[in-house]
Amino acid sequence: MRDNQSKNCNTSSSSSNSSRNSSRNNKWTTLMCLSLSLSFLVSCSEAVEFTFDLADNAEDCFYEEINRNTSAYFEFQVSAGGQLDVDVVLKDPNNQIIYSMDRATFDSHQFTAEMKGVYTACFSNKFSAFSHKIVYVDFQVGEEPALPGVDEHATVLTQMETSSQAIHKALNDILDAQTHHRLREAQGRKRAEDLNQRVMLWSSVETAAVVLIGLLQILVLRNFFTDRKPSQTQYARL
Amino acid sequence: MRNQLICLALMLCALHSASGLYFHISETERKCFIEEVPDETTVIVNYKVELYDPRSNGFMPSSPGIGMHVEVRDSDDKVILSRVYSSQGRISFTSHTPGEHVICMYSNSTAWFNGAQLRVHLDIQVGEHAIDYANVAQKEKLTELQLRIRQLLDQVQQITKEQNYQRYREERFRHTSESTNSRVLWWSLAQTVVLVCMGFWQMRHLKSFFEAKKLV
Repeated sequence: MRDNQSKNCNTSSSSSNSSRNSSRNNKWTTLMCLSLSLSFLVSCSEAVEFTFDLADNAEDCFYEEINRNTSAYFEFQVSAGGQLDVDVVLKDPNNQIIYSMDRATFDSHQFTAEMKGVYTACFSNKFSAFSHKIVYVDFQVGEEPALPGVDEHATVLTQMETSSQAIHKALNDILDAQTHHRLREAQGRKRAEDLNQRVMLWSSVETAAVVLIGLLQILVLRNFFTDRKPSQTQYARL
Repeated sequence: MRNQLICLALMLCALHSASGLYFHISETERKCFIEEVPDETTVIVNYKVELYDPRSNGFMPSSPGIGMHVEVRDSDDKVILSRVYSSQGRISFTSHTPGEHVICMYSNSTAWFNGAQLRVHLDIQVGEHAIDYANVAQKEKLTELQLRIRQLLDQVQQITKEQNYQRYREERFRHTSESTNSRVLWWSLAQTVVLVCMGFWQMRHLKSFFEAKKLV
């Protein structure tokens, strides 16, 4: 259905190009069509949030093409594994490092792209030979897209609209805070579960050790006394 | 006409965002992503795969031969989706149990050893972000303000779900902590009992042993 509509749009533009003096209205729509699609191409933002498993001794990179003068927000948080640390490097299209953090658990970085190109974010776990990490990444490029079908008119917003926009922003902040707390909670929970298992394991090992040492003590003591007797008798004979 | 324009712009937007974040995997590699979501939440995954072309030293924009196997598991490790998609796809699922959902992707390539490189464009949208408001506006004929309010409503619902999930996780956390607490308590008691019993038995055993050996 969308393809069909795009065809419609394209045909209208080509027809207007071929017969320029057909009608002013047609020309206007073509311009509108082009400028709209262009503006959307530029302003349309990408916000990707995901969590991935970083294997031990591995390095994972993610790439994103960013237009010039677009602001981008990058956030990461390690929620499980080892000492909860990871090496992070952000590089611009010329492979220049714009941000780097060693052994970090949580951080965020805001930057504005100085040139158009592919920006790279790499997470390295090369220093850790045993533990794999679970890393949460939030990569936002550009402004949040406007509600479709709403912002293409140029009139001033009413008070109602302005306040609904403000509420929308506030709710987004709440969602972000919730995500942050959820990850912190995940950190704590994983630690608590580890602790629980360790207590269990340690207590069984310790009980076994106490019983074993008790038995061993008796055996050694018995052996000591049974060995001593013949030596004593030998000594008496001499 | 206006609606068509919006549609076109949105389509361009969708195309654009599909080519957003990407990463590289080899043909035989498996890549997993974890989404921790509350129950009854929709997750939409958009992806596009491009195959490395050694001749042009770039990536082919469309590679019809490549398919992706997508597998989604819920927090109980139960498979809720497992299918082979083509080189470009849109997967959508709704969670029924809260928890970590693991989305795994791997190509259906038959290469045995170190196949070619694949570039995977990925976009994951969760909850309220996954709702297509253009569609909603068109279907339910909402005005601008109504649509805004609708969005706020969806957001609040998402927050409520998240809070319920938070409560559920807090309960689980508390359960774990209480279990640790009781284990420590009971173990220390059991340890004391074991020690006393052991000492008592040792003394009795040694006494009878010495008496039998006529040492005392």
